Amino acid sequence: MLQVNNIEVTYMNIIQVLRGVSLEVGDGKIIALLGANGAGKTTTLKAISGLLKTEEGEVTDGSIVFDGKRIDRYGPVEIAAMGITQVMEGRRVLGHLSVEENLMVFAHNRKDRKEVKADIEKVFEYFPKVKTLRRQTSGYLSGGEQQMMVIGRGLMARPKLMLLDEPSLGLAPLLVQEIYEIIRRINAEQKMAILLVEQNARAALGIADYGYVMENGRVVLSGAADMLRDNEDVQEFYMGLSAAGSKKSYREFKHYRRKKRWVT
Amino acid sequence: MSFFLQLVVSGFALGMVYALIAIGFVIILKCSKAFNIAQGHFVMIGGYLGFTFLVTFHLPVWASLILAVAAAIILGLLIERFTLRPLVGQPVLAVIMMTIALATVLEGLATLVWGGEYKTYHGVLPTITLKIGELSIPPETLIGVMVSIAVVTILMLFFRYTRSGLAMMATAEDEQVVQSAGIKVTTVYALSWVIACVVGVIGGIILGGVSGVMIPLANVGLKAFAVVLLGGVNSIGGAIVAGIMVGVLENIAAGYLDPLLPSGGGLASVFPFIVMIIVLIFRPHGLFGLVEIERI
Repeated sequence: MLQVNNIEVTYMNIIQVLRGVSLEVGDGKIIALLGANGAGKTTTLKAISGLLKTEEGEVTDGSIVFDGKRIDRYGPVEIAAMGITQVMEGRRVLGHLSVEENLMVFAHNRKDRKEVKADIEKVFEYFPKVKTLRRQTSGYLSGGEQQMMVIGRGLMARPKLMLLDEPSLGLAPLLVQEIYEIIRRINAEQKMAILLVEQNARAALGIADYGYVMENGRVVLSGAADMLRDNEDVQEFYMGLSAAGSKKSYREFKHYRRKKRWVT
Repeated sequence: MSFFLQLVVSGFALGMVYALIAIGFVIILKCSKAFNIAQGHFVMIGGYLGFTFLVTFHLPVWASLILAVAAAIILGLLIERFTLRPLVGQPVLAVIMMTIALATVLEGLATLVWGGEYKTYHGVLPTITLKIGELSIPPETLIGVMVSIAVVTILMLFFRYTRSGLAMMATAEDEQVVQSAGIKVTTVYALSWVIACVVGVIGGIILGGVSGVMIPLANVGLKAFAVVLLGGVNSIGGAIVAGIMVGVLENIAAGYLDPLLPSGGGLASVFPFIVMIIVLIFRPHGLFGLVEIERI
């Protein structure tokens, strides 16, 4: 469905952020993209959705192919029309609009009014809490409610592929679990492929089929989700487990004894 | 007492026109976060267009209005396409500078085309005289009030119930999110400039009918500026209330205070600004401005 082939991304013609990233998203799959801050995860998503072009970024090498069509030359509006929606990091609610208006903005290009109404109800079915707030000013919702609304907003565009950027950011662990459960449901029921960017490796690998680990603008490790979960490096550096698999103790003098076994 | 009411009523009528012009400001401000210095010049162009169609071409009022609005739409599209689209993504200051340039260009154009003379079409606009007891509403302003109310209502409905209206409000909030929703922001900007031009031109035709047209008519833009600051820079409802306030205050100041001054006047045009200063000191967001929503 989506192939990213060895792309390089440069901001303002001078700052190179991605140095050859390749990944693939299959039909109806959930793919996790993991990595620390500044690894280039968000930039990868923006390269796919075309939002890069609104920030003076550019794909300088490689190609992005969606449903057999090369899309890395198009802007965000065209790419959104092809069926890719990015749910951006940090919620980005349209604060002065109501919840329902937020949802409607993402249905802007759809002509099927009845279906849009049905889709709003479907979003409310996934997120019952959001339904009770439908007429509220979205800027005043709690963080969890906003995150739910923003995912629902992405659904309103009926994408074939949803790019989810850190849905767990700043949320309580229980809420993270709840949101991930719903993401899994959406994926299963809507047959919607999801490319999930996360720092919370445990949560992401819990629902993903396949995962990539990024560092310094490169993919350094990839594999099936359960394989990554069992990988000692991933456990040590992204899940906070020591080599033995037990919870890591930061009291030990050198808790960073282990060295990364990949080259960056 | 009836003198007071009379002042209030004609102030209200004038205020509605101010509100109409101020809405043009608010719409540009909401979408591009820039003050449109040329808004008053749209009004001046509107006045001259009114003169051209009504007097030079002897067209009926409805035809003149339609033609003027059509001209305004074209002007808006041209301005957006050739002066502002190249600035998308540039700092707001660049946009403001561009509107200053636009103001000067429009002023020059008006001088070129109409010679910059004082033109008047007093009495050409239809007059409706309305008397309520002692009160009489000045005929030219009454038609102005009706047109203003109609346009304001249409705009409110547009923002409330149409997709393009929603897209405009959303663009004011977050341009990037709107693009990720597949909305073309350039279309939204073009629309906002068209609306600003149209309301300016309509306001200009009305004001031109009342007081005649010349280049300084553009100064009414400054007054609309005060209206916008008073009402809160991003609130259409606020612009309406503040517009009426400014109109009424101006008239009351003219009626009661000006005769007391040794100079015999001049306070009328200053008084609204004094009130604006006082309101802004106590409410920096204006009377109805949207407060930045910040979650703690």
